[in-house]
Amino acid sequence: MTEQGVRWTAEQVLALAPDDASRKAGGRLGAAGPWSQTGGSASGSVWGSCKGSGSTPYRTVVDLSGPAYTCSCPSRKFPCKHALGLLLLWAAQGFGDPAEPPDWAGEWLAGRAARAARPAAGPVDAGAARRRAERRAERIGAGVTELEQRLVDLLHGGIAGQQQAGYAPWEEVAARMVDAQAPGLAARARELGAIPGCGPGWPARMLEEFALLHLLGRAWLGVSGLPEPLAATVRSRVGLPSAAEGETVRDRWLVLAQYDSVSPDGRLTTRRIWLRGLEGGRPALVLDFGPPGRPPGLALPVGLVLEAEARFRPGSAGLRAELGDRTAAAAPAAVAPPGVGTGEALEAYGAALREDPWLESWPVVLGPVVPVPGDGAEAAWQLADAQGTSALPVSPPQGRSRSGLWRLAALSGGGPVTVFGECGHRGFTPLTAWQPGSPEPVPLV
Amino acid sequence: MGQGDGGTGTDRDGDRDGDRDWEELVTAALLGTERRGGSPRALLDAAAVQTLRRRAGLRPAAAAALPRPAAPDPRPEPPPAAGRRLAQLLAGRTAAAGGGGRRGAAPDLTELLPQWLAAAARHGYRAPAALVPALLDAARARTDLRPQALALAGARGLWLARLNPEWRFALRGAAGGGGELPDPADGEAVARLWEEGLFAERVALLGAVRAHDPAAAPRLLATTWATERAEDRLMFLDSLRSGLSDGDEPFLEAALGDRSRNVRATAAELLSALPASALAGRMAERALACVGPEAVVPPAECDAGMLRDGVVKRPPAGRGERAWWLGQLVESAPLSCWRDRFGGLSPARIVALPVAEGWAEEIHAAWCRAAVRQRDPLWSKALLGPASAPPAAGPGTASLAERAKLLETLTERERAAWVAEFVRAHGLSEAFQLLGVCRVPWAGELGRAVVDALDAAREAGSYPWSFSGVMGLAERCLDPAEADRLEAMTAAAQDPPEASPGAAAYWAEAFQRLVATLRLRGAMLAELAPPA
Repeated sequence: MTEQGVRWTAEQVLALAPDDASRKAGGRLGAAGPWSQTGGSASGSVWGSCKGSGSTPYRTVVDLSGPAYTCSCPSRKFPCKHALGLLLLWAAQGFGDPAEPPDWAGEWLAGRAARAARPAAGPVDAGAARRRAERRAERIGAGVTELEQRLVDLLHGGIAGQQQAGYAPWEEVAARMVDAQAPGLAARARELGAIPGCGPGWPARMLEEFALLHLLGRAWLGVSGLPEPLAATVRSRVGLPSAAEGETVRDRWLVLAQYDSVSPDGRLTTRRIWLRGLEGGRPALVLDFGPPGRPPGLALPVGLVLEAEARFRPGSAGLRAELGDRTAAAAPAAVAPPGVGTGEALEAYGAALREDPWLESWPVVLGPVVPVPGDGAEAAWQLADAQGTSALPVSPPQGRSRSGLWRLAALSGGGPVTVFGECGHRGFTPLTAWQPGSPEPVPLV
Repeated sequence: MGQGDGGTGTDRDGDRDGDRDWEELVTAALLGTERRGGSPRALLDAAAVQTLRRRAGLRPAAAAALPRPAAPDPRPEPPPAAGRRLAQLLAGRTAAAGGGGRRGAAPDLTELLPQWLAAAARHGYRAPAALVPALLDAARARTDLRPQALALAGARGLWLARLNPEWRFALRGAAGGGGELPDPADGEAVARLWEEGLFAERVALLGAVRAHDPAAAPRLLATTWATERAEDRLMFLDSLRSGLSDGDEPFLEAALGDRSRNVRATAAELLSALPASALAGRMAERALACVGPEAVVPPAECDAGMLRDGVVKRPPAGRGERAWWLGQLVESAPLSCWRDRFGGLSPARIVALPVAEGWAEEIHAAWCRAAVRQRDPLWSKALLGPASAPPAAGPGTASLAERAKLLETLTERERAAWVAEFVRAHGLSEAFQLLGVCRVPWAGELGRAVVDALDAAREAGSYPWSFSGVMGLAERCLDPAEADRLEAMTAAAQDPPEASPGAAAYWAEAFQRLVATLRLRGAMLAELAPPA
């Protein structure tokens, strides 16, 4: 490889933008005009200075392996418009042969390298930590017992009256579970309040959720007797933080999808990044969180392949992972990932339920499939096998616009495509698609 | 998929039993164990087992009928960089448009979309499939983009429009771009679509038939003319405007007797644009009787013949009826008739002659309309007069709107030269409308005149936003090659004496934006060029 590794596409760069305004502003800076002193190193970093309205140009450095950014501009957005503009410029024309970074870029890059080498954790007071954990386990246990009693009372009298009950009782239960330090239980309880309003079939859905909540409570009370991976799953479903202390897998990870969702109270943005090991085929879910009004910091453009160590958390069907050291600059994938049929997709979800019974869905690359648009507002969309025999319903886009589905339809034009998405009991949620013969992913969310 | 969702998971006895068990559990939960018996805990245990059993045992549903694949589009996709640029421009369309005030030095992306579409059309590209929905949304929101956006979206766009009611408009306006029209030589298919098609399809069909065989179009129109609604008759007539020829005269002449006044007026207007038509001859006779070198005598009455030839009898409020009739006669008469009446003079000499008793404005305005209608560049030039002359003192028209229309009858080069001369002589404050009819990118001479005028305005010390209209136009229309020459003007200079405070800095910023937008346009057009 010459230059700074394989260049990214402009889409991959723009996917990093924290918001639309940055995307637009970055787009304007992606031309040569305001830039000078641009360059890139063989180890995967680029830099440049950008003339702004002031007299001193802004100095921008990007470590492509992160990616991580620094810029002398006062913006608190990450990446800022200058970093986006620099990356767009690099994506469009490259920066020629590798060079040594100028001092202002080199200092920051060296600092990053030093921090990466330093061991992370300091000594902890093991005894105090254990006592804290025991106290918390007791409180959760009390919460579980209380929750169980609520469910029993409700089923004793029948849930028919729930349609009139509204959200308030479940909000109260959720608050009790927060007090019991079981945020996982609190979130599940809060969602129960919305079920009676979700239309026909609500009693069955409510019973399902009751049953899974009951199962989780029972599992917590007996957690010490469970095999370790299942116990870890239960702990994390209840809401205990789990350390990323599980197995590490080194692979070349293809970024299959990245999307954000905002918590109902608008206070927390959760970013989900789906990866898949190109050698081992293992799926991985990397989560990152952003406080109110701020996007999460981690951004990995769809279609990029990064060579890295993924450290998997125990439990939860082995999906949750954190990315460790990345050894080489990220590069776009050369081919689309291979897909499986509709039956295999559901079997994969079913198999994963054995490890995590509370799993809503499983990441699946489906293909070749033909999207069948729903007829009118009510009818669901389908993803049909290319022969047109069997199909998966597309899950209703809750709160999300249907524009992603139409992009999928446009891409297919009635022909087969490969689709990555989350396959679960509510249907398939398409997240990314590939046209036949094209390695270029089209994000649908 | 799945039990209870109308899926196919019931082909085994075990599943049927499972479904029944589950239904019973749901009923028990609804009514309560108090009434139904059993313990709530046992109900929850059983429900947990059934829930997981159902989820783990999901199987695919039967597929609905697959959509008919979209027609192939043989056109190439634009190069990747150009495709990404289109995505950016379409995304910028929906992003909040900066609300007023100072715009800073950043280029304005939104107005580049029409240029991108036009350039892509010249190269014969089709839209990248994934961008077709955004393109349809853009076409829905902006009717001015519609023809080019739909042409670019092509067959894939039509295919999508059939599936999504929000894009239905594309089916109405798809004429031409979709390649869905029958071969104009296939008489049977043409007749069928003419009888059954949507209005827009029929208009497109008429155009296609006309392009194939001009004489066949009036014949096709005549087959259903008597049964068409008045507004449709008007639209069909209007569609004859492009490619109008003497062959259309018999049909138009017949339409002079139409029931609808608007149809009659349009037929008359079209006939008057054909200088050899009988109507033009009749109008010439009437006009020549009224206007000559010695005197102007407006008609005394609006007789039946004039009415039949489309003259509107009642003047608008505030105008005398005789002057009103006179104007209509002169604008409908062939311009060629005046040479003999004025002793063989050229149009320029005729226009320069003094006109009797205050009729000059009326007559010149009518000649302007005639020159535009008959697309007569000689008369247009005469009526425009020299660009450097002060508008009010010229022989022809002083109205900028009329001048813009007259300019459109000139060749692109003449147009640019005239407007450049105008800008050099009069500055920018009145040039906006005239610049709008010049070809993009502006010819070198015109571009330089505009830039020099902007520079002069800066030196005069006024604020740039007095020229924001022309500045915006320059961003869209200047040749990107001018960017280098403009670079020198982007430096912030000292405010000249007597300048408005801070004006120099604002000008520097405005020029920076101009340069940035030109560079962006240059890059954009270069991206669209096919790989060598």
